[in-house]
Order: sequence, then C-alpha cells, then structure tokens
Amino acid sequence: MAKKVIVQANLNDNDTEFLSEPRQSLLEVLRETLALTGTKEGCNDGNCGACTVMVDGRIVNSCLMLAVEAEGKKITTIEGIAQADKLHPLQQSFLEEAALQCGICTPGFIVAAKGLLDREPKADEHRVRHWLAGNLCRCTGYDKIIRAVLKAEKEL
Amino acid sequence: MTTTENRPQFKVVGTRPVRHDGLEKVTGKAKYGADVILPGMLYGKVLRSPHPHARIKSIDTSGALKIPGVKAVVTAKDLPIQSDKMVELGEAHANMKQIAENCLANDKVLYKGHAVAAVAATSPHIAEEALDAIKVVYEVLPFVLNVDDAMKPGATLLHENMVTRAVLGGKPDPAKQVGKSNVSSEMRWVGGNLEQAWKDSHVIVEREYFTKPVHQGYIEPHVTTVNWNPDGKITVWTSTQHTFGVRQQAAAILQVPEGMVKVIPMEIGGGFGGKINVYLEPAAAMLSKKTGHPVKMVMTRKEVFEASGPTSGSHMKMKVGATKDGKITGWQLWLAFEAGAYPGSPVAMGAMCSSAPYIVENFDVSALDIVVNKPKVAAYRAPGSPIGAFAVESTLDELAEKLGMDPMDFRLKNAAKEGTRQITGAPLGKIGNIEVMTQVKNHPHYKSPLPVGPNVGRGVGMGYWFNIGMQSSAALNVNPDGSVSLVTGSVDIGGTRVAVAMQAAEILGIRAEDVIPTVADTDSIGWTGVTGGSRTAFATGIAAINAAEEVKKQLIARAALMWEVKPEDIEFKDGLYINKKSPKDSVTMKQLAAKMMMTGGYVTASATANPRMAGAAYGAMIVDVKVDPETGKVDLLRVTAFQDAGKAAHPSYVEGQIQGGAVQGIGWALNEEYFHTTDGVMANSSWLDYRMPTSLDLPMIDPVIIEVPNPGHPFGLRGVGEVGICAPMAAIRNAIFRATGARMYHLPMNPGSIVEAIGAKKAAGHTNGAAKK
Ligand code: FES
Ligand code: FES
Repeated sequence: MAKKVIVQANLNDNDTEFLSEPRQSLLEVLRETLALTGTKEGCNDGNCGACTVMVDGRIVNSCLMLAVEAEGKKITTIEGIAQADKLHPLQQSFLEEAALQCGICTPGFIVAAKGLLDREPKADEHRVRHWLAGNLCRCTGYDKIIRAVLKAEKEL
Repeated sequence: MTTTENRPQFKVVGTRPVRHDGLEKVTGKAKYGADVILPGMLYGKVLRSPHPHARIKSIDTSGALKIPGVKAVVTAKDLPIQSDKMVELGEAHANMKQIAENCLANDKVLYKGHAVAAVAATSPHIAEEALDAIKVVYEVLPFVLNVDDAMKPGATLLHENMVTRAVLGGKPDPAKQVGKSNVSSEMRWVGGNLEQAWKDSHVIVEREYFTKPVHQGYIEPHVTTVNWNPDGKITVWTSTQHTFGVRQQAAAILQVPEGMVKVIPMEIGGGFGGKINVYLEPAAAMLSKKTGHPVKMVMTRKEVFEASGPTSGSHMKMKVGATKDGKITGWQLWLAFEAGAYPGSPVAMGAMCSSAPYIVENFDVSALDIVVNKPKVAAYRAPGSPIGAFAVESTLDELAEKLGMDPMDFRLKNAAKEGTRQITGAPLGKIGNIEVMTQVKNHPHYKSPLPVGPNVGRGVGMGYWFNIGMQSSAALNVNPDGSVSLVTGSVDIGGTRVAVAMQAAEILGIRAEDVIPTVADTDSIGWTGVTGGSRTAFATGIAAINAAEEVKKQLIARAALMWEVKPEDIEFKDGLYINKKSPKDSVTMKQLAAKMMMTGGYVTASATANPRMAGAAYGAMIVDVKVDPETGKVDLLRVTAFQDAGKAAHPSYVEGQIQGGAVQGIGWALNEEYFHTTDGVMANSSWLDYRMPTSLDLPMIDPVIIEVPNPGHPFGLRGVGEVGICAPMAAIRNAIFRATGARMYHLPMNPGSIVEAIGAKKAAGHTNGAAKK
C-alpha cells in the first residue's frame, strides 16, 4: 500500500485536511473517510452521475477523480447545497414536483442541475435534458425531474 | 385525470402533499444501504467464476489468508446444509437451496459471474486484491445460452437430475413424456375447440418473437452489512424490498431460528423486483461469524449485471385468428423463457397476463421454463407480463391491420370485462379494461393527426398485471400534540410512506403532515410482505386504515368520557368529534390528544391486514415515433401512458409509477439487452454499453390516470407500480411499422436491426414487384 498523502481542500465552505491513499477516488474519500455519504455510488465508472459533485464550480463525477487531485480545490457536495435552514430552490422544487422516487439519484441530479443553473439560469427543456444526460434515473422517467429544474429556474 | 364514477370526495386521498422522507433525500441525509458505517467494520468482496459452466474441482484459499489485512475467507462449504423446502418469496417460489447455491456455488458454477468465494479484509481494496490469491481449479463444461440450444437433444444439462414438471390446467399432466432436461417445467392451458376456431377464421396470423434478458437497472448496487454476535444474534442492515423475506432466507440458509435474525431496512435505491432474493447476506454473515466483526459488502455495477437480476430472454410463437367482423376465434401461444441458472422464470405469468385483456374462448397456451448458463432471473416489474405482451400486442396489431380495422376498435371488440374467464378458468373481478381502452380511443393524442413528415408512425399496446395482496402490519401511536406516529414494515421505494400515511389521515380527519411515518425493522413491527407486486399502497394502506379506525374508536370513547355520554352519542365528522346530545360540544383530535393523560392514557393501536382483492390493473400506451431509415434511430415524438389506478392515493406518485414503467419499457424496446459473446460472457456489463434511457432520449411522458374503484379497498385503490411497463414494447414496435412498413420480431429494436428490417422489406418489395411484371 502506497503511503497516504495529506490533502487540503475547501469542502462545502470549510477548509479541510484529509489523508488519502493515492489510489482512492474522491468519491471513496468523501463517503468512507469524511462520512459525507450524501454523494452516491451507482457505477464507479463514470456512467451514472450519482456521484456528481462540484469542483471549482464545474460538475465532476467524483468516482473518476482521485482524492489527491482535490488539493487546493473548492468542492461542493449535496451536503453543501442548502443554506443553513433554507433549502436551495432546486431541493424545494424536487420535493414539490415529486421528482424523486427511490431518491438514490437525487443528490447527483441536484448538484448537476445547480451546475447548469449557475451558468444558464434560463436553460430551456432541451438544454436541461442535454445537461442532465449524464445522470441516470431508473425510477422517474425524468419527466418530473425536468419539470422540477424548470420550476426552480423561475424561483431563482 | 379521469374519474369514471361518482364517489364520495376525499379530503386527503387524491391530494399531493410533500412526502415525509423527501427532505432527507434532497439534502443527502437519508441513509441508504451503502451508507452504513459500523465500529470495527470489515469489507467483503466476492470471487466470481470466469466460466459460464464448470465443475469446481478445488478451491485453495490459503494464499488469500496470508495477505496482511485479510481476516477470513468463506466458500459454499461454510454455509450450513440447506434443505429443499420451498418458501413464499413475494411473487415467485424459490428453492432455498438454490438461492444458497446462487450466493456461493457448491460443486458447479452455472454462469460467468457466479460467486465462488468471499473474503473479508480491513479495506475493500485489500479484499479485492486477496481474490487473486484464491486458487480455483475448474473443469470447464459446455454451456447453453438460449432456450433453443438448451432444448436441443444432447444439450449440456445444468442440473443433471432435473426432470421436466409437466402441468396441464394447473394439475400434473400424466400424458406428457418427460425426461432429464433443461426444461424445468412446461405448463399448458387448453380450452374450447381450436380446430373449429381455425375453420371459423376469416384471417389467421402466425408469428414468432425473440427477446433478450434485460436488467432492472436500479441505480443502487446490491449492498449488505451483517453482524453475527457470539450469542447467536444476527443483525442485517440492507437495501431490500422485503425485510421479512431477507430474514426468512438468511435464517434458512444459515440454519438459525428466524427470531435470531433482525433485518434493519436502509433506504433503498430502486428494486423493481430485483431486491427480493438475497445475494450477499449468507457470505457476509459467515464472514462476520468467523471474524467477530460486522462485514459490509457492496457489489460493483459489473457484479450487479453479471450476478443479479435480470429478467428472462425468450422465444415465443403466436397464432391467432378472427372472424371478418373482428372477433377473435382461436388463440395459440407458445412461450419459452430463460430462467437463468436455476428454475423460476415468470413464464406462466407471461402467458396468463398477456391473454388477460381479451376474451379468449378457444385456446392452447404453453409456457416453458428453461435453465441456461446465465444469471438466475429475478422479478422485474410485472414479471413476465411485458414479454408476453410484446408477442400478443404485436400479433393483434397485424391481425387488426389485415382486417382493416382500427387497432383500438379491434381490441374493444374483444375486450375482457368483469366475469370474463381467463385461460386459467378464473373469472376476472371488477376491472377497468374497457375504460382504459375507451380512454385511449377517445384521447386527443389518438385522434390527432400524425406529426407531418416522412417515416413517422403511431402505435398502441395494452398491458395487464394482476397485483397482489398479502399480509401487512401497521401501528399508530397518538402523540400529545395531536400528531400520529405510523409504523409499518413496508420499505419505501417510491413514495409509499406518504401514500400510506394519507390513508390513515383520511380516516382520522387530519392532514397527511400530521401523520409521521416510519419504516421499522423486523423486530419492531408485525410481519409484512414485500414492497412489490404493486401491493404496498394497497395492502399496507388497509393495515393503516384498520389501525386508524381503532384509534378513532378509542378517541370517540375518550370524547364520550369527557362529556359523560355514551360512545354512540359521539358523531365523527370532518375531523371533529361532536356530542350529538349537545351539538355545540365538539373537539378536534388535537384537543382530545392533549387531554389523553386525563382520559385514560396514551392512545395506541396496531392492526394487520391480509387483503385478497388486490384489484387487477390495466394499462396502455400511445406512442408516435420518427424513424431515420438511414441510421435506424427511433425518436419518440409523443408518448401517452394510460393506467387504471382504482383511486390514485397520491396522484404525483401514481404518475411517477406510470412514467417510470413507461420509460423502462422504452429502454427494453429500443436499447437494452444482455449481449453475450459466443464464449458465454456478457460483453456489455457497464452502463456505457448497457444503455438505459437518459433524459435526452425521451420526451415528456404524459400520464393518464383512470379510476375504476377496486371494491377490495376502502378508498378503491388498485396497485399501480407495475403494469406501466407492459405496453411500450409492442406500442413502439407497431409505431415503427407505420413509420417504415417494417415489422420487427426481435427485442431490442436497436438501430442496426431496424436498418436490417427496412432493407429486408425493400428487398421483398422488389421481388414482389418483379413477380407482378
Ligand atoms: S458512481 Fe460515479 S458516475 Fe456512477
Ligand atoms: S429516483 Fe430512483 S433512480 Fe432516480
């Protein structure tokens, strides 16, 4: 086993330091070392988006990024999306539009959708579908997810 | 949404409150199976067979045990001996010994990916590395990958002593010659006079279909954590559709009393039928026993594909005739389903369900369950029904076309209704079949002109699922603030906490938000059946209704005590307890709850329901497609999905079931398949290559809820979870025909196969043209 490395990163607005083996993915360290289990694993090979986080404002599949690459980066996970006691409009609209069934894909969709709305607050349906095409949901057929994102745009 | 009958209006049922567990799920706080972290926890990994069929000559685990960090290794030899007793597992009977062998192969591996040994170590990486140090000697055997090869004389036998079970009309068929075979059972139903029926037919269509196995595709992989204490108590934290089923299977495989096993349900990331059988628990339990530590095991996505799920691939033949005016005369259906490595495909359900929308008087229906060297199939949303429906709804479309009839007129002419006998002889109960068909025919989508342009077509299809009842338990505890805690044993996969809570709220005249639902472990609530079979909102709903009625009765007694009148003098109306003797005296539940301690203590109630009349569900789809004849790509232009919900408890989540089922069916129709290479290996065991629909592949799915109340439920609910997956394959296939003139007989209808079918059609057209000259 290679020696662990100290990594310093800003995680959900907190400066954080953690130890990581060079081979560990960011997803594994978030979940197993830092107990931030809101970020989910669906495939561990970049094909489902359940593990989506934001790194310096860009959406990333955390299963495809090594934890040591987080050095000096700003990371936002699902746990960092709501403000204190106030849900993000996306979280609120997902609730109101019944945009989740089992909910395993939901953290990834909300982080990915935030990545879109931060950049394109007026994205239309096609653009939302295109942007979220890297996130799989097997329960909903996407209809209510797309509606929830379009509704959140209006609230923002 | 359409209501077909005048019924009392509900206050809570039929509204759309925010689900109670939603906030935790949109903030990442909800704990799913993989989120379990326990003190001293070890990580388990599974060594799997590289061969589709082989005898295990020896397993040497000594190398693995020498690796630092490795704590234990288990093989099938470590599993207590199992008996052959059959157990009830939701929708399918499963042989416990075979479930155990599927978890850890005994003397033979029966598919690539079959578990052979498991390792526990201090990290998942060490456990994975240790797998390479286990030496297994195999004697490689020939293998069979589809039903036709498996039935050939001389085919390699997966289970050397298996003899076909021949069943005619539900009873053993002594006339049938049976021998050792990969066909585990052949069920047959015959009725009427088929010979005469063919003579009476104006048109007869005879067709043949092939489908591939497809996976349920839940986003959360299988996961479990097991702790086996030295006192014999075993605790399982898992994502399952059926906690009590995991308890039963684990206890049977580990040969311990059921009471020694406690199953704690974690939130579950999808199941669709695939999370009922155990896969990891027996190995995790034995590893925990050996090490004295809790052991967590998570499948990789590749393992999920190769060693869990899927549903059957099939070969089907259908011959059906009709009179000139479109009445079905004869009905002959032959279904052969892959069971995977062990018997138990849903072929009988495929045969019965696909015939259920129609009046079928002269019939001969056969259903063959056939083992092949692929993973053992598991239930998948209306198991068997969508496969059968693909054959039936496709053939009927061709029959209607030959008759020159509108496809919905043809279906309506032959529509089964209450009292119609199914092929099993059982009459249908109160159903919404005709209502669904009528809604399709009258829907603006059906009446609208096709979108303009070439290669555009519209198709329809029907679907049926019988739904199940079974036992559920619920407990209600009134809190001093007037809220009510609701405890059930039903795992919530898609919004059933709220749908069940709403039913209790309806009875008590309170808001859905005032009911606080919890899903309890197997030590904390009465026996409850699977979250599956579309039964949860229906059956657990009835348990909650019964408990709520009991709470109401007790609260009426408390009100009577307060006013010193008899309970009969209290009227309950719109959430108010009213003194009939002095109608100005009325109290709310909140006020009664605040006084509970003075009127006799806290009010609690529990109830168990075991309803039978689950209320069968019918569904349908209209779909418009555009096909690119050059590339074979199919674009879905418009999709409308219809379903009889009886009464939609929470319409948003009923719509969600309809939409989700529709899209799984769309994936099955167009893309999804287990692609096995000739060496017996699944070549597409990742989501990159097993392509499920993404948001970009789809339009909005317009759900139409039809409400023909189920007399078996106080509010009229029918199961809603499954039937939505039945119609899409044939509907899309029929639309592709209208868009291109090509008839498809294989699933999936991927671009390559569509280009090929269009090419074949053109070639045939040219030949015909030449013949005419
Ligand atoms: S877990 Fe990272 S993309 Fe699926
Ligand atoms: S809600 Fe279950 S996968 Fe999306």
